[in-house]
Amino acid sequence: MSSIATGLKGRAELGVALLLGAVGVLVFLDANGLVTPYSQSDPVGPKTVPFIVSGLLIICAILLAINVLRGGKGEVEGGEDVDLAHPADWKTVLPLAGAFILNILLIDWAGWVISGTVLFWGSVLALGSRHYIRDGLISVALALLTFYGFYLGLGIALPAGLLEGIL
Amino acid sequence: MDVWSSLMDGFATALTPMNLLFAVIGVLLGTAVGVLPGLGPAMTVALLLPVTAALEPTSAFIMFAGIYYGGMFGGSTTSILLNTPGESSSVVTAIEGNKMAKAGRAAQALATAAIGSFIAGTIGTALLAVFAPLVVQFAVSLGAPSYFAIMILALLAVTAVLGSSRLRGFASLALGLAIGLVGIDSVTGQRRLTFGQPLLVDGLDIVVVAVAIFAVGEALWVAAHLRRTPLHVIPVGRPWMGKKDWARSWKPWLRGTAFGFPFGALPAGGAEIPTFLSYVTEKRLTKHPEEFGKGAIEGVAGPEAANNAAAAGTLTPMLALGLPTNATAAVMLAAFTSYGIQPGPQLFSSQGPLVWALIASLFIGNFLLLLINLPLAPVWAKLLQLPRPYLYAGILFFATLGAYSVNLQAFDLVILLVLGALGFMMRRFGLPVLPLILGVILGPRIEGQLRKTLQLSAGDPAGLFSEPVAIVVYIIVAIILVWPLIFKLIRPNRPAKTPLLPANSGAADYSD
Repeated sequence: MSSIATGLKGRAELGVALLLGAVGVLVFLDANGLVTPYSQSDPVGPKTVPFIVSGLLIICAILLAINVLRGGKGEVEGGEDVDLAHPADWKTVLPLAGAFILNILLIDWAGWVISGTVLFWGSVLALGSRHYIRDGLISVALALLTFYGFYLGLGIALPAGLLEGIL
Repeated sequence: MDVWSSLMDGFATALTPMNLLFAVIGVLLGTAVGVLPGLGPAMTVALLLPVTAALEPTSAFIMFAGIYYGGMFGGSTTSILLNTPGESSSVVTAIEGNKMAKAGRAAQALATAAIGSFIAGTIGTALLAVFAPLVVQFAVSLGAPSYFAIMILALLAVTAVLGSSRLRGFASLALGLAIGLVGIDSVTGQRRLTFGQPLLVDGLDIVVVAVAIFAVGEALWVAAHLRRTPLHVIPVGRPWMGKKDWARSWKPWLRGTAFGFPFGALPAGGAEIPTFLSYVTEKRLTKHPEEFGKGAIEGVAGPEAANNAAAAGTLTPMLALGLPTNATAAVMLAAFTSYGIQPGPQLFSSQGPLVWALIASLFIGNFLLLLINLPLAPVWAKLLQLPRPYLYAGILFFATLGAYSVNLQAFDLVILLVLGALGFMMRRFGLPVLPLILGVILGPRIEGQLRKTLQLSAGDPAGLFSEPVAIVVYIIVAIILVWPLIFKLIRPNRPAKTPLLPANSGAADYSD
């Protein structure tokens, strides 16, 4: 990898500091916008704790930025199935997120059986399985089973959507 | 209150056929998720919260108890057969355990882990039953100032003591506290951090937050770095131990238990420190020092016992004070709240039968684990072969289902994705997850105690120090906070900081 690319990669953590700082400012502005008359029964008021949290966030943001610029880095999390030898594989993550978003868009309109099928099938494909038909059947079975399991077993009616009346 | 008769009543509740069934389900489910990578007991309990909402609280908690202990058991199976521990508490087990498995002694390693876990879990649960009521007796005399101080201590200790970077721990804690702020302020009715979004008024559901951070974050993170070559699982038959193994195991079991319980019961105990201490102790005391590093059974027996005793210890502050110190306890605490049960010292008096049934079911769960799981070990080893696309797609599928079924709102799934992305980022940049979860759960309760304290003192900050226990706790907090500064003063300082490092110097130690 070229030194510029690795240099940028080493500093990607500055984005975390930026996020912390942004959340800190957001919490501060939100708390500042609250209007509360002083009350004897609640001397602390609803603003104090948000101000403290916002302060903590901003201090962490600054210290983290300094730490990263001085060469500090967070310890990347490992795990049984995690192989850190290769860089993040966005070709897997983005389709996976896509399947997830598709489910969000579909769930209320098309219903859980359809959106859940899309979610599982899409995720399995994104993760590298190539048994299209077998995966499709498993997806439909899972979605149907959970739909009826929740309805009959727990009394939770997941949305039926387009299949209303059939299910 | 008579511990013995309460406990017997607890057994009577827990041993009804229905509750026994829930205990068996809990134990099996817990072991399965403990064995499977990417899943843990905390996440499983979080996912089951909406599902168990229809159950009796007692049955639900009996199942959670099984999941809690089962998860520990499953975690050790993975680290022995795979050498890649899923939980930080089974790192030490993997050192000797995997060496034993490679040397063809997997059956003995699993057996000493299982029997040691059973013994440590049983002693630990007995200690919990004895000590928790004593802690409660002490705790009922405490007022808001002391609770405020103790909760601050728990948050700081978990953040500052565990994990490799204190700074990143505090960053995670601050994010958690910010998430905990979202919603209506309970005292004044003001909306905080809702951005005019009515769906945020009730705050973020803890189930959604926990599932997002644990499950979705983990699934996305593993997807980005999925191992291309399948892991080598060491095949194993039914676990058993010879006479010699028993002789070498029983002392480490007891010593491990002695390390584990007190550390677990402390506000920032965790299982990492006692498992490590137990390993070091066994290494020093062993009569077979030449075997250490090549698969010494003492090195599995001790740390595994310590791990399980710590798990029992953790439940002491959780049940007696409403103070969780690990992820599973935190989610169980959230479960109490979702059943409308107020955690804290009143728990033993207001929900006595439930608490004692929970403790009794811990004994039962432990026994079931031993009974069911020794013969099932080969099955669990097979579970490790599950194709990864199905495993992680399944995690996302059930995470979505669990989060959606809380309120049946697609909006919760948006939050699930956003916080899942946050969980991904935290894993990528080494921000520990536990402080965030504790911040979300304890943050609102800390604020409540703070406001109660200053309400009693009519706004005078001196009210914070009005109880002796609070002052003692603040001194401990100060020591924890100032410790690294003292440490720095004692050690010679590093050379003065260079203004801006060259572009690739941070990367130099990154790419190694």
